[in-house]
Amino acid sequence: MGTIHLGDLLPNIRREKAMPDREKRLEMLRLMYRIRAFEEQVKTLYDYHSFQRKGDIAADEYDVEVSGVIAGAAHVAIGQEATEVGTCAALEADDYVASTHRGHGHAIAKGADLKRMMAELMGKKTGYCGGCGGSMHIFSSELGLLGGNGIIGAQIPIATGAAFSAKYQGAKQVAVAFFSDGASSQGTFHEALNMAALWKLPVIYVCENNLYAATTPAPIALSIPDVADRAAAYGMPGEIVDGQDVLAVYDAVSRAVVRARAGGGPTLIECKTYRFVGHAGGGKSPHNNPEELAVWLKRDPIALFEKKLMADGHMTADEQEAMRQEAFAEAEAAVAFGKQSPFPRPEDMPVTAGVALS
Amino acid sequence: MTMREMTYTEALSQALREEMARDETVFTIGEDIGPVRQPENLWDQFCERRTWQTPISESGFTGLAVGAAMTGLRPVAVIMYCDFVTVCMDPIVNQAAKVHLMSGGTIKVPMVIRTPAGAGTREGGQHSQSLESWFVHTPGLKVVMPSTPADAKGLMKASIRDDGPVVYIQHRLLHPIRGPVPDGEWVVPLGSADVKREGQDVTVVAISYAVHKALEAAEALAGEIDVAVIDPRTLAPLDVDTILQSVEKTGRLLVVHEAPGQGGAGAEIVRQVTEKGFEYLRRPPRVLGGLNTPMPYSPPLEDACLPQVGDIVRTVRGLVRE
Repeated sequence: MGTIHLGDLLPNIRREKAMPDREKRLEMLRLMYRIRAFEEQVKTLYDYHSFQRKGDIAADEYDVEVSGVIAGAAHVAIGQEATEVGTCAALEADDYVASTHRGHGHAIAKGADLKRMMAELMGKKTGYCGGCGGSMHIFSSELGLLGGNGIIGAQIPIATGAAFSAKYQGAKQVAVAFFSDGASSQGTFHEALNMAALWKLPVIYVCENNLYAATTPAPIALSIPDVADRAAAYGMPGEIVDGQDVLAVYDAVSRAVVRARAGGGPTLIECKTYRFVGHAGGGKSPHNNPEELAVWLKRDPIALFEKKLMADGHMTADEQEAMRQEAFAEAEAAVAFGKQSPFPRPEDMPVTAGVALS
Repeated sequence: MTMREMTYTEALSQALREEMARDETVFTIGEDIGPVRQPENLWDQFCERRTWQTPISESGFTGLAVGAAMTGLRPVAVIMYCDFVTVCMDPIVNQAAKVHLMSGGTIKVPMVIRTPAGAGTREGGQHSQSLESWFVHTPGLKVVMPSTPADAKGLMKASIRDDGPVVYIQHRLLHPIRGPVPDGEWVVPLGSADVKREGQDVTVVAISYAVHKALEAAEALAGEIDVAVIDPRTLAPLDVDTILQSVEKTGRLLVVHEAPGQGGAGAEIVRQVTEKGFEYLRRPPRVLGGLNTPMPYSPPLEDACLPQVGDIVRTVRGLVRE
């Protein structure tokens, strides 16, 4: 089965690379730093047991000393920043993104504020969802964030529905569904791709193939080596890109966005990437394969992009260091903001009208 | 108010057509709702732009409807048989029901999941269930089960206009039932029960098609036992006050529905009445549900699994004489 490339299907779509200017490139690097800095903080602050056995304590009595802790489920994506930033940099502000359980980077790349993100992960009232969502559920109607999702693959029909909405209303928006190699074996993936192709919906399916579904290696879960080849079954273009190369991701997604806005329908883009940390536990759980990791660490997407920007004369070493420090300071400020923020009280919960607690 | 006589299906169709004409964002999506079958006579008027005939992908199109509802539309997703919700429980339970809360109240999911349900049509174990209790047990969902043509219309309009997800369950045997339906703007608010018949001796709360069986039983008992019949119309939210007012008078409660009694909506109604009106009860409350078994095909077996008029009569007599 051969991968179909965009240009093969639609020769009129420009085939030259979509290349961002210097300013945009530096902004992309800044976003990658911001995500990395945020994720490193999440890893540090994560403590699975921190909020347990607190159920009988009123919200305002939670110990301030532990209030900067992130508990429960928090999945970090260190190593995957190029897919997050490369994709979202190709979108407009009002485009939609439906994300995964590993979605901090998707939200930040789409413009989310680190302070409100961190507060949400800490369960604080000032978070994006007032503490009702948590790490896996960052929503923002202003940013077009349709939430992360704790159910693998559930976001794929949701993004497809957002694209349906845009087309139905004659808007020019597109929607992106982020998902993983693991989700490409869920029924929702196949059902959604079929409908999107049938109805030429403006949706881009971005598979971040990081080679593992939690701890299950892709080769023992996928019947074919490349997720992109699954696009052929639905008559849509499927393209493989180097997921560690932010410009390659940007280029592929940009072309898919142009095609989607022009009424050409959906695209499946498979980014070959790698997660540098364990599946769960804020990245603290054991890594799947330390030997393999050592090889992939040589292809850190941030280091690769730094090198390219300097080689191309877009950035000096001083500028780079200043940007990096700025991002890490921003993440520290987000932690301080989260710690200082109050916990929500039960009466702050947006209980659905007509639905009583009893 | 001008009334017109029509079937349950015609009333439902009228509600959908009026709401789709009133609001561009309302559309229907589901299997086999195209030009050939036209279950609600929508295609000729609205064609494919508003009537989306899907592949057999309940999970996919229900999830798509959730995404559409989150981004400005008001989908009415049609699940052809209630039994098929098993393959799209995730978009209903984990997505539609939770987005409002998980987003901190910032994103609404105004959608209707409409599904024919119920037994008596001799369709076997996978085309006969009434699964309302699964949805009653899911916070964030509203559950609507109209029993008359007028309610079919008024509750569909209310469901479409509601800003949250509503599961609208219609018993298949109700489809040909005729009744008066108000013309034009006719909206029955969610969470309002209807007293179908006043009575002093026993309160029978009946759900969906069982309302008609309960009314028949009440008629059969007239002169012997004075039976009140209440149709809750929506199970979530539940108008327990109307039920309590009746139980205060009668002191006896029987809930009738087709779904098995074990873990059913009747158990929930009894719980609420017991907690709030225990002092009114002169007898232990009863639930008459379907037998606790998967549905068999053979007509006499199927009939034996469902609460029938005779069963209601006997149970009501038992409540009075015990």
